[in-house]
Amino acid sequence: MMTSEFFTSWFLPGVWVTIQVTLFSAALAGVVAFVIGTLRTSRFWIVRFLSGTYFEIFRGTSALVLMFLFVFAIPLMFRWQFISPMVAGIVALGLTYGAYGSEVVRGSLAAVAPAQREAGIALSFTRMQRLRRIELPQAWPEMIPAFNNLLIELLKGTSLVSLVTVADMTFAGNLLRLATNESAPIYTLLLVLYFVFAFILTRGMRLLERQAKARIGQKPEKLGLLSGLRAKPSTDVVTGTGGVK
Amino acid sequence: MSSDTNTTNDAVNPAVDSNELIRFDKVVKRFGDNVVLDHLDFSVDSGKHVTLIGPSGSGKTTILRLLMTLLKPDEGTIKVGGQYLTHEEKNGKLVPAGEKHVRDVRKNIGMVFQQFNLFPNMKVLRNITEAPVQVLGLSKDEADQRARELLELVGLTEHIDKYPTQLSGGQQQRVAIARALAMRPQVLLLDEVTSALDPELVAGVLDVLRDIAHTTDITMLCVTHEMNFARDISDQVLMFDAGRVIESGAPEKIFGDPDHQRTREFLSAVL
Repeated sequence: MMTSEFFTSWFLPGVWVTIQVTLFSAALAGVVAFVIGTLRTSRFWIVRFLSGTYFEIFRGTSALVLMFLFVFAIPLMFRWQFISPMVAGIVALGLTYGAYGSEVVRGSLAAVAPAQREAGIALSFTRMQRLRRIELPQAWPEMIPAFNNLLIELLKGTSLVSLVTVADMTFAGNLLRLATNESAPIYTLLLVLYFVFAFILTRGMRLLERQAKARIGQKPEKLGLLSGLRAKPSTDVVTGTGGVK
Repeated sequence: MSSDTNTTNDAVNPAVDSNELIRFDKVVKRFGDNVVLDHLDFSVDSGKHVTLIGPSGSGKTTILRLLMTLLKPDEGTIKVGGQYLTHEEKNGKLVPAGEKHVRDVRKNIGMVFQQFNLFPNMKVLRNITEAPVQVLGLSKDEADQRARELLELVGLTEHIDKYPTQLSGGQQQRVAIARALAMRPQVLLLDEVTSALDPELVAGVLDVLRDIAHTTDITMLCVTHEMNFARDISDQVLMFDAGRVIESGAPEKIFGDPDHQRTREFLSAVL
């Protein structure tokens, strides 16, 4: 079904594009999540208002429509465009998933014991020092399971870039289906690949969580080898995902 | 803690009051309709060890939390070392203090909490060195040196490389004492520091505090239910009821022959 020529010239590059889009948009989403999530705990109402507005807008809009806007509408409206549709896709995914992630950051910060804040005040730390050295490090291990869910949603969300002409692995699969009409094996292969990537990401995040918990002197909970197959029940943080992509 | 330990508390002269370190002036604190402190006036002289006793809800812990700026007074003023704590003088007027002023005055005050409140994300050593390095600007080496001396004082040198969760409550509380002392505060606030401990761990913590009380010139303000400890270390005991000081005096007097009926009732209930 799949000629080796097609495989090397379309499919492997497509897999590589999916990996790149996932990693870059996850990096952008991480930055957005921490910045917006932290600002949403500010004591100044205007900062909370502006960051909250960002959160509501980007959580409530569709990443796909945002991509269409970036790739097809903005060039017409402003005679300016992103360097490539792939960059536009990365930005759209990063801004959207960053908004989801900001809720994780805000929720985890709010869950840090108030006594820790008081201990920080008693030692005359500034607000920034308390945030950086006490509150964020303690909130971090709590964020990881929720971030893991978001990361996997993001991975699967990267297939949206295939609709704005980016040749990711879904795009390559569609091309191959048009060429061969072999729908079933092609889509099955794609699903398996997404699953394998998701599984690798989950194992990585579990490792990160273990490390993070060890660094605050907590023993990580023991879960089976295939724990990545089961989503960890969300405890106190809302991931805020869902809705139409 | 001061390194020049030759100026110990044997030089304290109770007759001189120009030595005043803390002053509460008509301080009011309400929680909703509940008036916890009712125009409270009192002062503490430098180097004194003062114990606050009284029934729960009488406002003792509120006093410590006001001094630590974890709470703000609704009315009145608090001075520490001659400076207003939550106010600033601007053009001859008292205005609510800015963040930086509060931090500067607060640096003179250290606090040990009932629940220890160590930072779980830092090992014992860093729990103690973090604030001296970040807040006071000590070098890492100076702060390490200071922390090691203090850990020796509280008898925990061998636990320097552990996380707080690996220590017992009593050990955690002794680290918390070291952490507070590492800032070299003039005043140490002790908020029911043994209440959360298992009975067999109480003595170790109290011994450390006794040691500090007897070998340094630090001012202590202590809320406790350990009356023997209070009798041991205090220069002065203040009996609180309903947000006011109803009686104050030397521990021998308060514990031995109190004037006030309310004090007698309270002591017979707890002793």
